[in-house]
Amino acid sequence: MAANEASQPEATISLEVFRYRPEQEDEPTFQRYEVPYREDWVVLDALNHIKDQIDGTLTYRWSCRMGVCGSCGMMVNGEPKLTCAAFLRDYYPQEIRIEPLNYFPVVRDLVINMDDFLDKLTEVQAWLVPEEEKPVSEGEYLQTPAELAQYKQFSMCINCMLCYSACPVYGQNPDFIGPAAIALAQRYNLDSRDGAADKRAEVIFSHEGIWECTFVGDCTRVCPKNVDPAGAIQQAKVTATSDWYRSVLVPWGK
Amino acid sequence: MELISHDILIVGGGGAGLRAAIAIGEENPALSVGVISKVYPMRSHTVSAEGGAAAVIKPSDSLENHIYDTISGADWMADQDAVELFVNEAPNEMIQLEHWGCPWSREPDGSVAVRPFGGMKIERTWFAADKTGFHMLHALFQTALKYNNVTRYDEWFATKLLVHEGTCQGVSALELRTGQIRAIGGKATILCTGGAGRIFPFTTNAAVKTGDGMSLAYRAGVPLKDMEFVQYHPTGLPGTGILITEASRGEGGILINKAGDRYLQNYELGEPLDVNHPEHPRKRAMELGPRDRLSQAFVQERKKGQTMEGPYGDFVHLDVRHMGQKKIDKKIPFVRELCRNYVGIDPVHELIPVRPVVHYVMGGVHTNNDGETPLPGLFAAGECACVSINGANRLGSNSLTELLVFGARAARAAVRFSTQTGSLATTEIIAQADQEQQRIRNQFFQPASGSETIAQLRVELTQSMESGAGIYRTENSLQATCNKIRELKERFQKVELADHSLTFNTELTTALELEYMLDVAEALAHSAVARTESRGSHQRTDHPDRDDERFLKHSLAYQTGGDPRIEYLDVVITRWPPGERHYGSK
Amino acid sequence: MPTGWWLKKKTYSLFMLRELTCIFVGGYALLLLILASQLGDEKGFGDILTSPLLIGLQIIALPMVLYHTVTWLNLTPKVLVLWRGEERVNPLLIAGVHYLAWVVVSIVILWVVALHR
Repeated sequence: MAANEASQPEATISLEVFRYRPEQEDEPTFQRYEVPYREDWVVLDALNHIKDQIDGTLTYRWSCRMGVCGSCGMMVNGEPKLTCAAFLRDYYPQEIRIEPLNYFPVVRDLVINMDDFLDKLTEVQAWLVPEEEKPVSEGEYLQTPAELAQYKQFSMCINCMLCYSACPVYGQNPDFIGPAAIALAQRYNLDSRDGAADKRAEVIFSHEGIWECTFVGDCTRVCPKNVDPAGAIQQAKVTATSDWYRSVLVPWGK
Repeated sequence: MELISHDILIVGGGGAGLRAAIAIGEENPALSVGVISKVYPMRSHTVSAEGGAAAVIKPSDSLENHIYDTISGADWMADQDAVELFVNEAPNEMIQLEHWGCPWSREPDGSVAVRPFGGMKIERTWFAADKTGFHMLHALFQTALKYNNVTRYDEWFATKLLVHEGTCQGVSALELRTGQIRAIGGKATILCTGGAGRIFPFTTNAAVKTGDGMSLAYRAGVPLKDMEFVQYHPTGLPGTGILITEASRGEGGILINKAGDRYLQNYELGEPLDVNHPEHPRKRAMELGPRDRLSQAFVQERKKGQTMEGPYGDFVHLDVRHMGQKKIDKKIPFVRELCRNYVGIDPVHELIPVRPVVHYVMGGVHTNNDGETPLPGLFAAGECACVSINGANRLGSNSLTELLVFGARAARAAVRFSTQTGSLATTEIIAQADQEQQRIRNQFFQPASGSETIAQLRVELTQSMESGAGIYRTENSLQATCNKIRELKERFQKVELADHSLTFNTELTTALELEYMLDVAEALAHSAVARTESRGSHQRTDHPDRDDERFLKHSLAYQTGGDPRIEYLDVVITRWPPGERHYGSK
Repeated sequence: MPTGWWLKKKTYSLFMLRELTCIFVGGYALLLLILASQLGDEKGFGDILTSPLLIGLQIIALPMVLYHTVTWLNLTPKVLVLWRGEERVNPLLIAGVHYLAWVVVSIVILWVVALHR
């Protein structure tokens, strides 16, 4: 939000914010801040206000402030949210508790360590491996709107990791490949141009992959982009199962 | 301190940086590449781009058309040889990205679809719904994961170019997680750090757009070219500045003022067609005119009292209701989502409040057509560079393509350079990085007399930029801004940080960013004072005419101990002699 | 994760409840099988099923099985994704067809049972 004096805020709202400074303390603490309440402010605006005007040491990630970069995910009253899309008016006049995303190690304050997720993106081979090689000189691969629709939803993932923070399986077992990574693997598996579904199957049709999922479904509920990772995983289970049956009943076929 | 080193360094992990990394991974996998980014690459601002990326693909289109549209759109400030090669290479780059998985929207027969865009005679803007930048960036990022020779330094903040004996040999970078400043050596360094919209108060740009690479180059003696040319995108949301893509006009959206009139017809942009007319929207006319002219029209309307007042300043309305829900959900679904979330209106039924907001910086680090800067070993590509293909005004959807074309070209030039270079001066550059660590410690972690806050200085900077170096400028307004910047630079010395910790100190990085912003603002304001003509997005009410005789030249701003020194460089004209820009005709 | 993690959030608790219902579904089916195999005559079968203990069990089991069924049917569109060109077949339709099948099968079973009375 740009600085402006358009609305004179007399109302305030309390933020109870998780603090953790590894150089100063062994255990995290909470710090309460009073910020101006404005009808059109989001939680991120409140955090920026704190950092600019009250406490420069408060640390968090943010960038686009329009829900597309995936940086600003945090726990807001116990729910994983993009703080650039969580409006103060939905909580006011109650106080808001802000914590770093669940189930990730905390680096400092509201900043978590997301190395695990990035490793998994590489592990599931989240990139296009064309079924048929085609030189650029021959133009684009043809893909009808219907073929595009097959995987489009899963391509909308902004890597915000709210889904991981909602997943109790990931909370208990960090080896679980997790909702977003599996959804992205499916995005490529279902892309008509791709030919590496078998390769990815070795990784995701596994104990640490889809079979670890018990379909709690909270990942889909919290996803800000309607990617439906739970759906991606269940569909993968169907594919894996029918592939298995086919391989058993028709072992000579592909 | 040990030296980390690579054959090639890329600073910035957005569209241009990732394209460069992939180019090296594909063509020279034996070379090691380091990608240094202050944020995780998928957070780069490329992700916010919406409308599309231009490349000639339709049989009814031609490379000549795209070239002419770009050159005239640039008000003849674009180097024509650069535009020619850009337009020539664009289609292959875009097909290559499709081969890497980018989910372009399609025609029923499966070929890539294109849409009309501002200032373009024929539709050539490839798109992925209205989240083109998002899909391009993720396609590039995910593709880049394939290459073992690419090492990423995520959340490492570059603080200085390490220059020894006249060549750039790497960067010093702050590792956010540990607070240590490390020397990272590279035989070639490519800056892909993006633009600097955050020096203005209302911008589509994300927090990261603070002109880092521009300032790094500037401080190393490299000139910043054409900095006075700043693009205001005509349709941003008031207050937040969130972008409402030009595609909404490409798909038929119209702009109306307080009286409900399509006011653009009064500004030499042609006659309006009824929205249900089969030829609406007509190309290169009305709402599909170039961005500079549309933003200027807004200011004129405001002077006439024809804009509406709101809590965040004046605005006009963008009307897409006639498109209908189905078309909106298919072609501009993200626009609908943004309006509902951030303005509380549904564009299917209601008018969208919009106003011009800063969007893009045409200027940047001076490079040639291969992304080479005058400093050997230093290259630049993307918004942070100025080749120039965008001249005085960029056409929408050219910049996403620019990332690909020049990201790849700069990478190839960097590869050529690195294979001819000897070994790095390890001791010297480590010493420089040590000095950087000291400088930062001394500057920001010692108690300061008097106290200035980063936020206060930043607010004053942005307000001064908007009032003095906005859409319309005068000698006085620009001088006032130059003076203000000088004052802010002095006051910046008195900034003391509350946060002295080493672990993820974002107050420190914000302070460093403000320093970069002041450099960029200085180059911009002084270049603008010196250009006593009006051209494209640089409009001087005291010099309202275009003056090709004196100013068909790029400005080059060099840092000195005091005010920057401005020099000039002729624009390269090949086959299109300077002419008038005509929009609106049939 | 604390052992009571599923108590912390409503969606987690409902999930655990759903998982718990499997015990009742499986358990009741097993119970019927055992009873049917142990008792050759219908009267003994009926006496045991209408005993207070088993009525009590069935009062608990019925809502559990219903909850199990409803949550299961609601999830069918997630697993069964059908396309008509570019559009997905409406998830409500997919769930709806399953609900219809459930009702039809239930009616058939009730009719068979009624026939036997």
